[in-house]
Parts: sequence; structure tokens; C-alpha cells
Amino acid sequence: MSQIVGQAALPVSAPAFENMRERPSRLTRSKVRAAWIFLAPTLIILALIAGWPLARTIWFSFTDASLNNLSDYEFIGFENYIANYDGEWFGILTDPAWWRSVWNTVWFTLVSVSIETVLGIAVALILNAAFPGRGLMRAIILIPWAIPTVVSAKMWNWMLHDQFGVINDLLLRLGLIAAPITWTANSDTALWAVVMVDVWKTTPFMALLILAALQMLPGDIYEAAKVDGIHPVRVFFKVTLPLIRPALLVAVIFRALDALRVFDLIYVLTSNSKDTASMSVFARQQLVDFQEVGLGSAASTLIFLIIALLIVVTIAAGRVRLGGETL
Amino acid sequence: MTILLRLGFWALVLAIAVFSLFPFYYAIMSSLRTGSELFTVAYWPTRLDFSNYIAVFDRQPFGRNILNSIIVAGSVVAVSLALSLTAAYAFGRVNFRGRTILLMTILGVSMFPQVAVLSGMFELIRSFGLYNTLPGLILANLMLTLPFTVWVLTTFMRELPKEIEEAAYVDGATPFIVVRRVFLPLMAPAAVTTGLLAFIVSWNEFLFALTFTLTNERRTVPPAIALMSGSSAYELPWGTIMAASVIVTVPVVALVLVFQRKIVAGLTAGAVKG
Repeated sequence: MSQIVGQAALPVSAPAFENMRERPSRLTRSKVRAAWIFLAPTLIILALIAGWPLARTIWFSFTDASLNNLSDYEFIGFENYIANYDGEWFGILTDPAWWRSVWNTVWFTLVSVSIETVLGIAVALILNAAFPGRGLMRAIILIPWAIPTVVSAKMWNWMLHDQFGVINDLLLRLGLIAAPITWTANSDTALWAVVMVDVWKTTPFMALLILAALQMLPGDIYEAAKVDGIHPVRVFFKVTLPLIRPALLVAVIFRALDALRVFDLIYVLTSNSKDTASMSVFARQQLVDFQEVGLGSAASTLIFLIIALLIVVTIAAGRVRLGGETL
Repeated sequence: MTILLRLGFWALVLAIAVFSLFPFYYAIMSSLRTGSELFTVAYWPTRLDFSNYIAVFDRQPFGRNILNSIIVAGSVVAVSLALSLTAAYAFGRVNFRGRTILLMTILGVSMFPQVAVLSGMFELIRSFGLYNTLPGLILANLMLTLPFTVWVLTTFMRELPKEIEEAAYVDGATPFIVVRRVFLPLMAPAAVTTGLLAFIVSWNEFLFALTFTLTNERRTVPPAIALMSGSSAYELPWGTIMAASVIVTVPVVALVLVFQRKIVAGLTAGAVKG
């Protein structure tokens, strides 16, 4: 403790602290020690509630544990992933329901993030213009983002109700459809319904991140473009888009990682249906509904690996780009 | 031409506003209608009937659910902020070996799929005897909030000028005093922002709350609403569900309207998940 009390200036100090300079390493060391003391509680808690459960989940994926008795299990190797008994294949990797959930998740991620990016840019461009009530508009578009996902899923579930829903009513009135659509029960439209709700809920997030990037752009570029009489659309594609690309990439990656673990929306909107299950819904179903901790953990581990791989690729790609780009 | 452009612009603004607000508006409309009236589509209020709002507290412990959510979200915010303010000082102001790799690990944890820890977390909570209790949920939710509160507060902490702490150190302050007397007051606005985001994350959390609670009295709001059922299995009480949805959304909307600027600042500082 005395070393910490004996702190003085930082190693990079002003000339006034010249006399301290002869022992910067000791001062730095005591500061570093304080840093570790400050970090310890956070690191211990994170190890306990993130590291340990993750390790246990991976371990369980190699066992035949069951939910009602987690202490009594046997190590079974890769059998939860893939196994062959008498020429018949078992395990998650041979389960069409798992591959269906992978496809659903990937499809949902690609479609919803693409739509959200395009709409997000449009909304951000509109909010970037100076007009009275802009602050209010920013608050309004934050509301869908702040509403609990379960609640928005329920709200939309009601709006999408096949007989009494307002969406069918609107579309019928406008003459866009001839008969009511069973949005969430029909496997053709259910995933589109999920995408629709997700777009409603998370476009604001995209728009605000893009808006923040737009507001940092220097104004003189646009004045120069205006003086040269360049068409605004051309300015957007030639100037704005390249300049906001780094921020856009960050937003897209965050959204994509978020979309890949989608659970609430699909669980509430389409209630555990196999046709629309995401990877997370599949894993929880194995784990809780079927009490198969081994299989559920195997699915969880696979999801973790997929997302971890994406994160590593992203960080690596980001580093390369940061090194090569002049921006 | 400019008038047409301006009209088009305002039409777009109006469209965005209607698209954002309509589901919430329609939920309010539906929550004020009962019986067979509910099953005809109406765009304007015909009369105000608050019986759904009474029924939601009558038919199930919804008051208790709200209290649970407040306790869980409040505790999660308090613990996350207390831990991450000191951690952010270490990450943001001290150069030590392994800092980058630790920060990257924490960022990695914030991108974890929740389901990846589900069975391990289930075992942990059960072995602590916390299954179907609020402390169990608080512990689980910390996994979601702590990494990003550390991350966002570190970002804010880095932006503060260096001279601030130098002066204090010259006067013989210890790092602990510097954090408490110098950074805590300076970080108060950032802490409010981060705390708000953590509150919203915990308030909205569903997967853990669904999996780690068993009885209706212990549920937080999201699973309570998701599992709300009517008198028969085939008939969902849409009126009460909409009333419950409106009740829990109003405080969040109020928070957003009041703290809009702060929330946007926090979101863009950490690029937190939505």
C-alpha cells in the first residue's frame, strides 16, 4: 500500500517535476499495480459468469448430461456432434433440423441486415438535414429500439394476426392482397414477418450510428461539389459513401453478430416452430424442452465457434484495412 | 420545384415517424378495447375502457413482475457501474502489459452469443442455489452488461485530458483517491449514459429470464408477457397483453425522450448491440 501512497507525477511529466524523473519506473509500477487491483473484481466476475460457463458448456457438449441431473453424466466424445451406429448417423451435424436452423439464421441475418443498412442510410441522410423538429425525430426513431424485443414481437404478432390483424386489414383496404395472409403460421411468410419486425426494431440503431458518422464529415467537400455543380446522387456515391464506409462496416458487423444469435423475436413470433427456428432457438429447445444438455451444449458450442470465427476474421480484416487505408 | 422537394422531404419525415410510432399507437388502441370490440380493426379510439389494465394486475402477479424487473435491472446497473468505473480507469489511463489483449477479450465477451453459456450458466446458478431467484438473474445479466459498460466507459475515460490526473498525483493523491475524487465526478455524465443502456439491456433481457425462472412470481416482465395465457389454450388475451406491453413500454419511452442525446452518445461511443 505504501508504494501506492508514494505516487507522484506520471512518467511523462512537465519540467517542474524534474526531481521525480529519476524513479519513473517505480512510480509506473505502483500505478500498474493499482490498475490490476482495480481490474481484479471485474476480471474475476467475468471469468466466473462468462469464462467458466462457456468452458462448462463446451465440456457438456462431450457428455450425455441431462437437465434434471447435471452431476451424473458420462464422457461420450464427439457423439453429440456426429456418431455412427450400425451404418446410421446420429448427432447434431446429421440432424436436418439443425441445418434448417442454420439456414434460417443465415438467411435472416443476410436479409434483415441488408434491408436495415439501406433503410438506415436513408433515414440517417434525412436526419442529417437541418430541419425544425430534428431532435424530436431522433427521439421518435429511438422508441422502436428501446421497446423490449418481447413486447415488440407481441405487438407485431397482434398486428399480423391473420383474422383480426391491422396489417391484413390495411393491405386488403389498399387492394394489395385479395385474401388475408396467415403471416406467422405459414412457413413461407413467417421468416419475412420476423425480418419485418427486426427491420422495424433495429433500423434506428443503424441510422443513428450512420448519422454519427455523417455528422463528422467536413462540410467544405460538399460546398466544393455544389460549386462544381455535381449531382447530389453522384456526390453520395462518390464522396459520402466512401467516407462513411469504416463506420458503416462497424455498424453492419455489430448488427450481423447480433442477428446471428437472434432468439426472442423468433421464439415469441413463431413459437418454437421448426420451420423458423434460429440456431439459438434450436439449442435452447434441445437443452430445456428436451432436457438434452449434451446435444444442446453441442449446438451452443457450434454457434459459439461460428460467431467466434466471424469475430476473428473481422478483427483481422479490420487490422489489414486500417493499415492500408489512408482515411 | 423546391416546394415539391420540400413537400417530398416532409412526406418522408412523416412516413418515418408513422412507421416508428404506429405499432406502439396501435397497442394503446387495442389495450383500450375489450370483448368482441377488440376483434374489429379500428384506427381511432372509440371509447376508453381501462378494464384490460385492471385485468393484467388481477389475473397474474404483474405488479410483482414489474418489481422483479426493476430490482434486477437496478442491481445490474449498480454493480456494472461500480465495477466498470474502476476497470475503465485501469484500461483508459494506465499503460500496462496485456492491456490490449484484455480489452479485446472483454469486447469479445460482449459479442458472445448468450446461448453459448446457457448450460454452463444453468449449472452455475443451480450450484449456487440461485435457480428461480432474482440474484440468479442479476448474476446472469451481468454477463451481458459488464463487458459493454467497461468498453464504453473506457472510451469515455480516454477522452479526458491528461493534465487532470497529473495535478492530483503531484499533490500526493493515490490512484484510488484520483478515481474517486477526480474521475468519478468527471465521469458522471458518461456513467448516466452507460447506466441507461445497461438498464435497457437488462430490462429487455429474455433468454436468461425465461430459462432461469420457473414460477410466475419470480419472472421479470419479458417472460411474463411472452407466457401470458388466456382462459383457454387457444385463445390469447390480446387486450391484456397489449395493456401489459403499454405499461412496460411507457417508462422506456419516457427515458428515451428525456435522455435521447445521452443515449445516442453512448450508442455511438461503444457501438453497443441494440
